[in-house]
Formats: sequence, C-alpha cells, structure tokens
Amino acid sequence: MAESTVIKNQLPLHGLMAEFDSPEHLVDAARRAFAAGYRRMDAYSPFPVDGLADAIGFHHTRVPLIVLIGGILGCVGGFFLQYWVAVIDYPINIGGRPLNSWPSFIPVTFELTILIASLFAFFGVLALNGLPMPYHPVFNVERFELASRNRFFLCIEAVDPRFDLDATRRFLEEIGSLGTYAVEP
Amino acid sequence: MDPKQPEEIAGEGLPLLEPGHTFGSITDKISSIVLTGRTPRFWYVCFGVGFIFVLVLLFCIAAVVSIGIGLFGVMIPVAWGFAIVNFVWWIGIGHAGTLISAILLLLRQKWRQSINRFAEAMTLFAVACAGIFPLIHLGRPWFAYWLFPYPSTMGIQPQFRSPLVWDVFAVSTYFTVSLLFWFLGLIPDLATLRDRARGRVPRFIYGMLAMGWRGSAQHWHRYESAYLLLAGLATPLVVSVHTVVSFDFAVALVPGWHSTIFPPYFVAGAIYSGFAMVLTIAIPLRRLYGLEDFITLRHLKNMGIVMLATGMIVAYGYLMETFMAWYSGDIFEKYMMMNRMFGPYGWMYWLLILFNILIPQLLWFRSLHTNELVLFAIAICVNIGMWLERYVIIVVSLHRDFMPSAWGMYSGTIFDYGVLAGTLGLFLALLFLFIRILPMISIFEMRELVHKEEGRSA
Repeated sequence: MAESTVIKNQLPLHGLMAEFDSPEHLVDAARRAFAAGYRRMDAYSPFPVDGLADAIGFHHTRVPLIVLIGGILGCVGGFFLQYWVAVIDYPINIGGRPLNSWPSFIPVTFELTILIASLFAFFGVLALNGLPMPYHPVFNVERFELASRNRFFLCIEAVDPRFDLDATRRFLEEIGSLGTYAVEP
Repeated sequence: MDPKQPEEIAGEGLPLLEPGHTFGSITDKISSIVLTGRTPRFWYVCFGVGFIFVLVLLFCIAAVVSIGIGLFGVMIPVAWGFAIVNFVWWIGIGHAGTLISAILLLLRQKWRQSINRFAEAMTLFAVACAGIFPLIHLGRPWFAYWLFPYPSTMGIQPQFRSPLVWDVFAVSTYFTVSLLFWFLGLIPDLATLRDRARGRVPRFIYGMLAMGWRGSAQHWHRYESAYLLLAGLATPLVVSVHTVVSFDFAVALVPGWHSTIFPPYFVAGAIYSGFAMVLTIAIPLRRLYGLEDFITLRHLKNMGIVMLATGMIVAYGYLMETFMAWYSGDIFEKYMMMNRMFGPYGWMYWLLILFNILIPQLLWFRSLHTNELVLFAIAICVNIGMWLERYVIIVVSLHRDFMPSAWGMYSGTIFDYGVLAGTLGLFLALLFLFIRILPMISIFEMRELVHKEEGRSA
C-alpha cells in the first residue's frame, strides 16, 4: 500500500478529495466519514454550512476567548492610559476638581475596549485559521476552484491512521461522491 | 411547512431574491460585474464627475492649508461653520452601513444580505469624508497627532475630560472597526474572485487579498464566530459614536446645544440620514447594473420603513427641543427657539421641517413603498434636510447666544462650498472605484440566502 500513496515526485499524497453538489450531501458524507472512524479531514464549502464543523468533529473555537482578552486589555489599558496622563504625567488643577475624574474617562475607555477587542477578533481569526497561507495542497485539485462557487468538497487527509488510498476511495464513492480526486502535496 | 416567519408577513409576499437563482448563477452574476474586461460607459461618467470634484477638494484643501483657515467663513461668534456641519452630516451617513451590517445581523434580518456590502463601503467612505473636516478645521493639520497621547518632548498631554478628545477616539475607532468588519466580510468573496479571474494580474491581486482562503469548515466556524462578535462590538460602537459627537455640543453651555436629548436624537438622525443615503445609492445602482433580482423592491420598502421610523424619532427630538425651550423658562433658550424659527435663518428651519418631517410622511402610504422614484426623491429630501438640521443646530445656535453685543452673522465662502462639493465627489469616486474592483454584494451570503430560501420552498 505504501507505494500507491507515493506519487512521482516522491512526496506522499495530501489526501483524497470527494466532490458533492449540495450542502446536505456534504454534511451527510462528513458525518458518515466521521462515523467510519476518519478524524483527519476537512470539508470545503462556498458558504458557511450549519452543522458541517460539528460533522467533522470540530466543535469549539477559541475566538470568543481571544476577543474577551482583547476587550479586557483595551478596557483596563484604556482607563490607565487616561489615569496616567491625567494624574501622573500631566496633572492640571482646574478649580480644585479631582485629577482622577473617572466619569469623563469612560467614553475613551469604552472606545478602546471595542477597538482592541475588534483587532483581536480580526487578527485572532486570521491567526487561528493560519492565514495568510500562500500555498495549500487542496488547490492542486483542478475542480477545487468550484469550492468558491457551487461545489462542496470533503478531503480525507493521508495522515489519518485509517487512510488507505483504495479503501478510502471506495468509501468516498460509496457515500455519494460525484468525483474523487487525489490531492497532490 | 412551518408557519410564516414574521418578516415574511411584513414583506407582504415581495421576494428577498427573485426565484430561479442557483449558487452558480449568483456567483457568476455578481463577480462578472467586477471581472468583466469592459467598463460600462456610465461608470466613466460617474467616476469622472467624482474625480473632477476630488480635484476641487484637493485645490481647496491646498488653499486652506497654505493660506489659512480665514478662507472659510468662520469667525467669532460663529467659530464652527461648514466644516463641523459637514463632519456631523457625513459621520451620520456612515451609521446606516453599520446598522445594516451589524444590528440587522444580530436581529437575524435576512434582507440585509444583499445591501450590507455596499452599505459598509458607504460607511467607510462617509467616515473618510467626515475625517477630512476636523483635520483641516484645526488650521494646522500637520499637528493633528497632538490629539493622541504620546511621549512628547513638549511634556504635554491631551485633555481626556474634553468631548473633542473623545471624538478623536470614537471616530478613529469607528473607522478602524468598520474597515475590519468590511474586510473580514470580503475575504471569502475575494477568494471567489481569485478562482474566477482569468488574467494573471487580477488572479494574483485577489489571491494576495484573499490570503489563501479555501472555505474550510473549521475556518468558516471560526469566521462566523468572529463575524458575530464583531457585529456585537460594532453595535454599541455605532451608538456611542454619534453620542460622543452630540457631546461635542451638549457639554457646551450654548443655548440650543446644552440639552440631554442630544445623544438619542443625534443617533436617530444619523440612522435616518444614513438610510436615506443607502436608498440614494441603491435605487440607481440596481438599475444601472441590472441587480433588480438581488436588491428587490422588498429591500427598498424595508429601508423606507426604517427611514419613516427613525424620522419620527427625529421629529420627536424637534418637538422636545421646542417644548423644553419653553418649559425651561430660560430666556436665552426661549430666544434661541424664537430666533431659530423666525430669525434671519428661519427659512432654513422651516425648510428642514419640510424635508425631514413633512415630506417623509408620504411613506405612510403603502403604495409608495415600492415606488422607486418617490423613494429616491424622499431620500434626497432627507439628505438635504439632515444637512440643514446640522446647520441650524450649529450655526444658528452660535450666531446669537447670550449678549446681543456679541451677535453676528455667518455664511459659507466659496471654499466652504468647494470642500463640501469636493467630499461629495470623493465619496462618488470612491464608491464607483469600489464597485468596479470589489463585489458590491456579498456573494457568499447570497449563496447562503439561496440555500435557505430553497429549503423553505422545498
């Protein structure tokens, strides 16, 4: 079996990719692949499909935590920036009013909370998704350009312990693949 | 079939999307506007007109920066003139974009999906236009960075108790967050353009911008989470921005400014003028580009209804201002209101009541909700009316405040009008540039809509 997963340039295949024509078929196929014991796989769709991430066994994302951390940093940092400016670095006594006039620091604290949380959300999602990514093997499949149009793909990766070129190909055809392609590395 | 969704009843059978569209047809239709080799003639006309006014803008800015702020009509007592009026007007216009993209997303209103992209772009361009005004109004714009806290050799720091400093933070945060939100929404569509583009150069540029997006289920999962969180962050932000803008006035003691109704009344006014601008753009665009299938009469109707609702809040604001002027018993407040209605600028007040309150009442008639010409005319009226409102609030309040010996008159100079026209041109030019090089309707959200609508009819 080892020879057949190796192609001419001597690098092992990235995996096998199956094509589907509707999100329902893709979710169904992903569920069955998961049930068959495949874990190292990914599904590709032209728009977010409900339940697809669950179907491939991906349930949790750390994005909300990252945004929360950003928000807390922005809030605390924003307030202490103003505190430091108004009380420590550049105190001005105006009619004996308190230097730490915190109510008037709230608007900027609020804005900075939103700003830093949003920056964390944006860059956090990019970082978790590993973007920018200049090269990825799935783009070697010619049909894959339809993944951003109207086709749905399921890719079982060769690193999965249950991956076997022939058996996996047969499995994908059984679960309704319209076309199964080897993904070159 | 489940019972009718509330929004279906509100839509009275008008479709969100004309039937018969597939994932493929939507993708091809929207991306072909960008990827076509042939630029339509009206594009050159619209962009060209915009570009001429960009040159006017550059000329006026160059003149004001090199000769001085005296070229504007501002003088004591009216030290805030066109520049601040235009700033508030443009910022307000931007608010509809965030409302459509963020608040309607949180409220799960599906009719946002074909209008959110260009409404967000409109936000960015409107905020960019708005940002020009306070900058040149500083007089010495090259010192604008003094507004940010940084370890300066002068040993001074900004005054964080001042609403004007809050404004700097609010507007720059607003611009940044709107940009992030807009770009995040664009990434999957940029990947679509990368896969559709046939030339090497567009393929390379869209490819770089798409950053290797491949529509993986794990990516979509994180993406949706981040998108929703950004919408949740943008929602209080958009309310805070115009609130802070209104603080610029409400915190001062000038009669006509010093009022607690300002924040809600400004926010409603902002959304009002923003929806008017979205309609002003959407009605001609859907015709020019043949997008009637995607931006349907249902969208126009819903925007008209939002305009009517926010317009009524604005009307309540006017009513309360007048009532409080009388109820306060303060002679300066009372005089301010009499002067606003019957003073030298009285015609402006009545014109704004006509444009902002009376004409939009036509939207109560159901038959007019789907009449594009009427909606367009009302939207133009509201755009003008909201500009007049800011003029009345700012200039008319300042020109006669307390001491009659300190009263004065104000009028804009040719440079004031030049910069206003210039920013309109900049807005037009940026908008058409955007339409030419980026998809003006979110393709992936439209595919989602097709999928959901299919599921409902099946």
